[in-house]
Amino acid sequence: MLKCRTVWRKLAPLARASSTVCRQNVRRTGLTHGRLPAQVPAAHMSTGPTGGGRENQLYFLLVGVTCVGAGVYAYRTVKGDQLRYQDRIDEISSRQEKFNTENSDTPSESEPVLAAESVEATETQVVPKPEPQAEPVPESEAEPSPEPQAEPLPEEPSPPVPDAEVEAPSETTEPPLAEEPVVEAPPEEPAEPHAVPVVEEEPLPPSEPSPIELTESPPPPEPHVESDPPAEAAAESPAAEPPEPEPQPELVSESVGESTPVSLKVPSHTPYLLIGGGTASFAAARSIRARDPDAKVLIVTDEPDLPYMRPPLSKELWFSDDPSVTETLRFKQWNGKERSIYFQPASFYINPEELEGAENGGVAVLTGRKVVHMDVRGNKVKLDDDTEISYDKCLIATGGVPRNLQVMERAGEEVMKRTTLFRKVDDFKSLDKVSRNIKSITIIGGGFLGSELACALGRRSNDSGLEVIQMYPEKGNMGKVLPEYLSNWTTEKVKREGVKIISEALVKSVTCKDDKVEILLKDGRLVKTDHIVAAVGLEPNVDLAKSAGLEVDSDFGGFRVNAELQARSNIWVAGDAACFYDIRLGRRRVEHHDHAVVSGRLAGENMTGANKPYWHQSMFWSDLGPDVGYEAIGIVDSSLPTVGVFAKATSKDTPRAATEKSGTGIRSESETEDTATSPVASSTPAPSVEQHRDDYGKGVIFYLRDKVVVGIILWNVFNRMPIARKIIKDGEEHADLNEVAKLFNIHED
Amino acid sequence: MKHISQNDSLQGKDRIIFVTKEDHATPSNAELVEEDPNDPYEERGLILPSGEINWNCPCLGGMASGPCGTEFKEAFSCFHYSKEEVKGSDCLDQFRSMQGCMQRYPELYPQEDEKESREKDQTSQDSASAETSGANSTSDIEKDSNTTQPNKEGAVES
Repeated sequence: MLKCRTVWRKLAPLARASSTVCRQNVRRTGLTHGRLPAQVPAAHMSTGPTGGGRENQLYFLLVGVTCVGAGVYAYRTVKGDQLRYQDRIDEISSRQEKFNTENSDTPSESEPVLAAESVEATETQVVPKPEPQAEPVPESEAEPSPEPQAEPLPEEPSPPVPDAEVEAPSETTEPPLAEEPVVEAPPEEPAEPHAVPVVEEEPLPPSEPSPIELTESPPPPEPHVESDPPAEAAAESPAAEPPEPEPQPELVSESVGESTPVSLKVPSHTPYLLIGGGTASFAAARSIRARDPDAKVLIVTDEPDLPYMRPPLSKELWFSDDPSVTETLRFKQWNGKERSIYFQPASFYINPEELEGAENGGVAVLTGRKVVHMDVRGNKVKLDDDTEISYDKCLIATGGVPRNLQVMERAGEEVMKRTTLFRKVDDFKSLDKVSRNIKSITIIGGGFLGSELACALGRRSNDSGLEVIQMYPEKGNMGKVLPEYLSNWTTEKVKREGVKIISEALVKSVTCKDDKVEILLKDGRLVKTDHIVAAVGLEPNVDLAKSAGLEVDSDFGGFRVNAELQARSNIWVAGDAACFYDIRLGRRRVEHHDHAVVSGRLAGENMTGANKPYWHQSMFWSDLGPDVGYEAIGIVDSSLPTVGVFAKATSKDTPRAATEKSGTGIRSESETEDTATSPVASSTPAPSVEQHRDDYGKGVIFYLRDKVVVGIILWNVFNRMPIARKIIKDGEEHADLNEVAKLFNIHED
Repeated sequence: MKHISQNDSLQGKDRIIFVTKEDHATPSNAELVEEDPNDPYEERGLILPSGEINWNCPCLGGMASGPCGTEFKEAFSCFHYSKEEVKGSDCLDQFRSMQGCMQRYPELYPQEDEKESREKDQTSQDSASAETSGANSTSDIEKDSNTTQPNKEGAVES
């Protein structure tokens, strides 16, 4: 637009000149002929006999070139899109093919994962591994195709040794993941260990697969978490055999060579289907089970892990003293209470194949499978192995994938090898390993994840001498969340955790030179490091939108759903992937843990007939090291006007103190025990407050939109979330926010 | 930074106020909207206004949704509606089957089953009298693990 203006300015005198010339011509003709021509050539500009010439040609040339340029650009974009689309389709179909060829090559396919033992350690649990076995092809007699299933299936005698894994003949098999908390089967597909929830499967003939087994079977199930007997069987040959001696007639006792369509392993129909195995999905499963007695819930996830909590991956797990924390994934909280990141141990879930027959229902998790197509009219989905599952109600809780910077994507393989996009358990494990073996690490991104990881790694750097650098385009940490003064204060805190901050940094290019990664910034600064962690946002996973015909939001991304989290009949969306209508705060999409819990629960309630809108506001929290933390609720965007009310912080106002006082573990829980306290008139005069210009120890910050409080941060002030929630819910205009701040009693502990 | 008063300043669009304990000593005159006890949208506590048990209450953790969920619901319902003098004395069968089920999942329901059920009774009694003790909890998912495994640190783990 500006270009047009400048161009016009340049042309204006020409235009004026030509029009003046025209006018003069007319007058001249008039004078010469005694009268003005009948038709005054009013708009006679460019095409006039004298008005033409060089200037007009130039003008035409410019316009012409612009049009051509625009056309070329448009063409290239459209072509590019087409290509990218084509690539994606090709990729998906090639994956299918690769899969199919692998299947036909390897006679014995899937292996059942044998879960660890029971208390007596004499039982073997046969856990069917969810194998993508669409083809009946594999079943050849000779091969032990493990597919324990209730019905006629190519059975597999399972090795007696608990945790023994029969390796798939596939080249892509991985060594037994004995160390993993959940026993996993060797993947058939490229590198995907499958964690299968183990269920006590007692020795039962396949003909009676009912989950009555669950209640009848005497021996208690095994805790998956402690996988004691490591699976030596890892190295077993494909033709590895059957079981034996050991106990029981496993489900597998059926004829080894039976060929049956593999898809039977997975229930063909489930009343409740949850796509995605994260926090929102688990919360929904629990909600459904609570409200619909004996409900059968099937969770399908492409991850190998059972549902787990994400926040400790960037916080508590890094502060753990336990050297085996990457295996156990357990963390100790300030008050000594320990827990696992997994919401429930494997014994909580039942086997997918037992779901249909389960008398009291249950929650089954199908790991390592991806839903690739959704048929809304037919109420069914298709997995990546062509298995079809029909449903009555479906929840999409697919979360998202970490975004990457474009410059990184173009940087080449050497750089990609030295980059971590942090989100999952595996990312935590690999980053933990990498960070112990390098000298310098750089985190790109200044938001929650980036800052938390920077603090966590910074703390480690004290012992290991690791150089931790954090770079981001904003001026300070959490620059998009906290008002500037607080963002600056926070940045100082992060620096004190041992992090080198490079603010206002825009990455221009990244290359790998002499085994070092070199990051060139737009302002010319060069940063050399060994490894990069990119924490630049989350791309919501809306792959199913196309096949399902679901609307995707263009402002916030994610599936567009209504206030009750419903996308279409029988389809709900919750968690990071849901762009929903918040009655109080408007349409939004929230990527926090508590929101996943709240929305998952709500979706579960609505799937069982509740018809409730999103009403209970979710909160979020962040800890920057053990001494500073905050809780927040609502819309907390630094572009909004804010009012901050601060008091001086004492040593009692830290996250550690908050948990010790309320006697609970995670801070987010402690808000449940607390009840609002009314402000108490203090009789003892407080010492006068000195200039706190730089000390924002503790306080409350209100975020306003049209004079209404839409967001609140409790800065180093804990256990007062209910009051904050109430203020947001009311949605009132308060004349004096200091009065509102009094409700929080910030001076009290 | 523009100073409105000594402890009140404006930094662009962000206002910063420093307050002493004295400043906040007088009760707040901020008006809050009165709560509607029958608001259908609100999160409920353990007991719904109708008198029924809210199985989805965060305070129950995973008790009603786990493998022993059915047994738990039966036992707890029986207890809740029990009119006996010793409340729940007519529910021994249900409690026994619940315990039996829980014993099969020691990982989910630690050994102290009796202590567990006593704790649950305690919770229910407390919640019955108070309204929304657990209503504000949404992050119970973390909490429930703690309530069901109180002796985590002492528990023997293989």
